[in-house]
Amino acid sequence: MLKTKKIKGASFEHDAACGLHCIKMNNITVRDGADTIIENINLHIHCGKITVIIGRNGAGKSTLIKAILGERKHEGTIEFMDLKDRTVKDLRIGYVPQHLNMEKNTPMSVYDLFASYISRSPIFLRKNSEVYQRVKEQLRIFDAEELIDKRACDLSGGELQRVLLSIAITPIPNLLLLDEPVSGIDQNGMELFYENIANINKNFDLAMIIVSHDFDFVRKYADHVILLDKTIVKEGEPSEVLESEEFKKTFG
Amino acid sequence: MGTLYKVMETLLPFSWINYNFMKNALLAILIITPLFGILGTMIVNNRMAFFSDALGHSALTGIALGTLFGIANTNIAILVFAVVFALLLNMIKRRNTVSTDTVISVFSSLSMSIGLVILSRGGNFAKYSGLLVGDILSIEPKEIGSLAVVFIIAMTFWFFCFNHLHASGVNATLARSKNINTNRMEDCFSVVIAIIVMFSIRWVGILIINALLILPAASSRNIASNMREYHLFSVLIALFSGITGLILSYYMGLATGPTIVINAAILFFITLFLKPSGND
Repeated sequence: MLKTKKIKGASFEHDAACGLHCIKMNNITVRDGADTIIENINLHIHCGKITVIIGRNGAGKSTLIKAILGERKHEGTIEFMDLKDRTVKDLRIGYVPQHLNMEKNTPMSVYDLFASYISRSPIFLRKNSEVYQRVKEQLRIFDAEELIDKRACDLSGGELQRVLLSIAITPIPNLLLLDEPVSGIDQNGMELFYENIANINKNFDLAMIIVSHDFDFVRKYADHVILLDKTIVKEGEPSEVLESEEFKKTFG
Repeated sequence: MGTLYKVMETLLPFSWINYNFMKNALLAILIITPLFGILGTMIVNNRMAFFSDALGHSALTGIALGTLFGIANTNIAILVFAVVFALLLNMIKRRNTVSTDTVISVFSSLSMSIGLVILSRGGNFAKYSGLLVGDILSIEPKEIGSLAVVFIIAMTFWFFCFNHLHASGVNATLARSKNINTNRMEDCFSVVIAIIVMFSIRWVGILIINALLILPAASSRNIASNMREYHLFSVLIALFSGITGLILSYYMGLATGPTIVINAAILFFITLFLKPSGND
């Protein structure tokens, strides 16, 4: 079950990470009235790298994600650079949310969910066969193509997670943001999920920022770890951060 | 209009169709109920029932302003008020300082009171009490025309914007990551609901308009498994309750609007019963 799979279905005109795209965040600060929620965040991320953000509740992790997405007003700049020709480009962001706003009997199939984000062909009118094929192909990357006609509210946490991952990498972004992606997923689902993350990292030319509470995952997969508490308290390699005084003070 | 009447008389061999007011009412129902059925799907999905209810109440102010500006400008006054009301409400909601329910409540009661104050100047509100339950039997061809225009506007919006609207409702942050302007979608949708509510309030009535928006979609939800079924069933349920409500009210001498609502409510309970068990 957990043998490493090669990512199927995707054609690789997008090559594996070249390490030559970089995302620079300078002095990201978010305020809410007089309160400062996060301040002076400086990050430098290359494609092919997994950056994990850890921190206690209320440390501003989700706020940082929302600032990067442009949903929260922030000070500071975010630049995306191609080091091959030194040009500044538009940053395309993929996002995997924690929850969807849906109730138990929401009449929304996986196709409906997927197509509403990637197509303008009205989903209430008909299934567009072109879009349907594309959705199926993208789901196949995570072995989820058989879910396409199921109701999204009937999926298990792990299944929904794979669907959301497919949505996030359609089209392939430069930066993939995951906000506590394993909440509500069982152990098996979690391992499969981490495997998928490793596969995306290997096969697509993108950088990842993951908010996580799972320190085993951090140790195993992260290239760079950031301990956040309003600002960056400590950053570096996983072992370096997980054994630091600052880490013990926050989680000890 | 004359040819349309003839066609209806030929197609429907019933005694009630010989009255022009019944033909007009039937036409109005054929426009209003599918429209309500369709919009209702998203109102129920995004839990905006309270919002649409508030819009219904605020229609009183729209109508009051219409009477102030004279009959000729009623529609324009109502339209402008609907748009301003919806956008203002969204704006204050987004400032996030008070809970949404509270904001809507304040808006709803304020606009209802303003409407009541204006309409009851000189102490003759009784003239307007028909607004509470509406009177679809009094609709005129010209007004059916404006309903048809509203219908076309709303359907055009739905055709081009439904996906993005749906995406914004399911997860706004995810929608933003796909470059969907969620606030603009929300504003457009609110304005469309506002316009529809304002234009149909005189025929449907303040007290029952929200039931007509919510019930068909809520029933459809019980039995649909995707967006296409959701819309289709909702439209069929809305049409069915509308038409049967009109006919029943004719033969039994009941108020049309409430009869339609009762039919829709009965259908809701039937679908609730039909709903596959094990899914609750």
